[in-house]
Amino acid sequence: MPAVQETVARVREIDVDKYKYGFFTDIESVKAPKGLSEDIVRFISEKKGEPEWLLEWRLEAYRRWLTMNEPAWANVKYPKIDFQDLYYYSAPKSTEGPKSLEEVDPELLETYAKLGIPLKEQAVLAGVQGARVAVDAVFDSVSVVTTFKEELAKAGVIFSSVSEAVKTHPELVRKYLGSVVPITDNYYATLNSAVFSDGSFVYVPPGVRCPMELSTYFRINEKQTGQFERTLIIADKGSYVSYLEGCTAPMRDENQLHAAVVELVALDDAEIKYSTVQNWYPGDKAGKGGVYNFVTKRGDCRGAHSKISWTQVETGSAITWKYPSCILRGDGSRGEFYSIAISNGHQQIDSGTKMIHLGRDTSSRIISKGIAAGHSNNTYRGLVSAHRKATNARNYTNCDSLLIGDKCGAHTVPYIEAKNASATFEHEATTSKISEDQLFYCLSRGLSAEEAVALIVNGFVRDVLQHLPMEFMAETQKLISISLEGSVG
Amino acid sequence: MLEIKNLHANVDGREILKGLDLTLPTGEVHAVMGPNGSGKSTLAYVLAGKEDYEVTAGTVTWNGEDLLAMDPTERAVAGVFLAFQYPMEIPGVATMTFLRTAVNSVRKARGEAELSTPDFLRFVREKAKALKIDPEMLKRPLNVGFSGGEKKRNEILQMALLEPSLCVLDETDSGLDIDAVRVVADGVNALRSPERSMLVITHYQRLLNYIVPDRVHVLSDGRVARSGGPELALELEDTGYAEFDGQAA
Ligand SMILES: Nc1ncnc2c1ncn2[C@@H]1O[C@H](COP(=O)(O)OP(=O)(O)O)[C@@H](O)[C@H]1O
Ligand SMILES: [Mg+2]
Repeated sequence: MPAVQETVARVREIDVDKYKYGFFTDIESVKAPKGLSEDIVRFISEKKGEPEWLLEWRLEAYRRWLTMNEPAWANVKYPKIDFQDLYYYSAPKSTEGPKSLEEVDPELLETYAKLGIPLKEQAVLAGVQGARVAVDAVFDSVSVVTTFKEELAKAGVIFSSVSEAVKTHPELVRKYLGSVVPITDNYYATLNSAVFSDGSFVYVPPGVRCPMELSTYFRINEKQTGQFERTLIIADKGSYVSYLEGCTAPMRDENQLHAAVVELVALDDAEIKYSTVQNWYPGDKAGKGGVYNFVTKRGDCRGAHSKISWTQVETGSAITWKYPSCILRGDGSRGEFYSIAISNGHQQIDSGTKMIHLGRDTSSRIISKGIAAGHSNNTYRGLVSAHRKATNARNYTNCDSLLIGDKCGAHTVPYIEAKNASATFEHEATTSKISEDQLFYCLSRGLSAEEAVALIVNGFVRDVLQHLPMEFMAETQKLISISLEGSVG
Repeated sequence: MLEIKNLHANVDGREILKGLDLTLPTGEVHAVMGPNGSGKSTLAYVLAGKEDYEVTAGTVTWNGEDLLAMDPTERAVAGVFLAFQYPMEIPGVATMTFLRTAVNSVRKARGEAELSTPDFLRFVREKAKALKIDPEMLKRPLNVGFSGGEKKRNEILQMALLEPSLCVLDETDSGLDIDAVRVVADGVNALRSPERSMLVITHYQRLLNYIVPDRVHVLSDGRVARSGGPELALELEDTGYAEFDGQAA
């Protein structure tokens, strides 16, 4: 199949140079000593000036973590991580805690400018006039700045780093932190609970529709530094918020660990839309380096008729282990998961979702598009379950996989458990290849091989793309092309 | 001018074209006829550069340039256009998006400016109207769920938009009712010009009532078995391909 072979060859050529976010910012940082111990946990907590209860919470997690084993069930392979060989805290020296834009180190502003992230409040995203997006910028272990805070505060929306929220709204943090992902949840989530660095905190008061998109950009900069972000979003009764996170990291030969926890809570009639564009460094063409993205994301539809929607575009990381899930606790609540997962080179993705139906008349929808190219491995793993009391639970799942070349793998692992006979669960899955004939048809119309693959893949993921906030769609389409071709863009 | 000399081509290791000669001067329209399996589509694919069609001997030049040395994209840019017998479906890609990507890729490669959105829309609407294409069709994913007639008209639309100098139409009439054949033929005739050459492949004479060729070539067993004026097509209508089937056996 020569045309496909050629595409595969091109895809294989993907060079580290093509990862345009791979630069390193030379900035002085303050680090904790290498390794993990109770002292390190205390060090982090002290650096952040945390209250006693939070230190105890961290220590409890740490002690718990010591008794746990790394999960082995995912369809991914990697050498054993030496958790003592990592730094657990690193912060740019100039920025001990979030500041106003004027005070941020110009070196950092430069970094975000290079990443194409608007930190100036009047700035707009490339190509989208008038779009205003509030940004929380997290650099290694700390948040360096949060924009539009005052304007959001007028609407009653709290948007800050978690570290700051611990100080300014301790009652909210204490009430909700760990209430969706308990510290005992799983190996990486427990580790995160012990050493979490920073992340975003959002609270939207009852009846408020958040007046702009909120977003966080995560950047791992330092060598051998784990990033353990913790994000907590609470949408109070009848409120709405749309939030987007983006992630990049420099190119490094060694693997970097990113073990985040994201907790969402939606109370009665509230809605949270959470989108991710994950573009961590994927490693080079030989499979060296890249980020280990071991993430626990969970939303709790705690109130009646609440709704949580996850949309993810996963193109980066050497390994992705991630299952953004919804607990459909409130009667009539709804969960959605829309995913585009693209693996290329030697990337490994094991991702999917869990929809746990607990309340009556709960519904969920899963649309997953996996695209595997190069030597990559791409697994969709999903669980849909209905509790005994979940009368009339409904789920629709559609998982499509697209293979480019014949050295890659795509797998679908759906689990379904219905303990209530009234549950209606539908599952559809397809696996296809980009056909030689489709490619040739495009080439004969003057498209290059890169354009042809990008076009076909963008068509394949269309159902999911349209769930991303408008402001990010064009950017994401471009990212999809880049991650597949290495030679486009 | 298109010059095909002693063209041999294999598909899956089996020889399908067995020394084909054909000359198509600039500005002329030639019909290629022949029984099923005689190699008509194979010829079309070889001209467009499909990869599993392996040329083992012979030459193809287009205005003196070696066509076989170019990849399919380069051929499209150089002005070669194939209207497919079976156009491909591309789910999720709006027809309009596809057309725009193709037009701008080709324009860019030809050193022309890309069309602005309003200019492009005007250009498409005008050409689509002439082909009686419903603008709604252009919003649907490329060829997905299109009727036979819609698919073929969409091919001619692409031909009109890409402004090729060598058009190869592979059984553009097959599966169409007579009204649809007329629409398609009108579209093709509108593109006839002294700078443009066309190779109209068809199994039936019917299409040639509407697209009157300068010459007719009959393919049989991978070679041109006979060439003649438009009257040859009429003769075939009476006698059928029996004579040529015999040769192929
Ligand atoms: N992809 C293919 N693989 C194997 N054989 C093919 C393929 N395409 C065409 N052929 C064979 O080549 C011969 C000529 O086919 P084709 O060029 O499609 O003829 P026509 O268009 O004149 O009907 C037929 O015998 C057909 O079976
Ligand atoms: Mg044919």
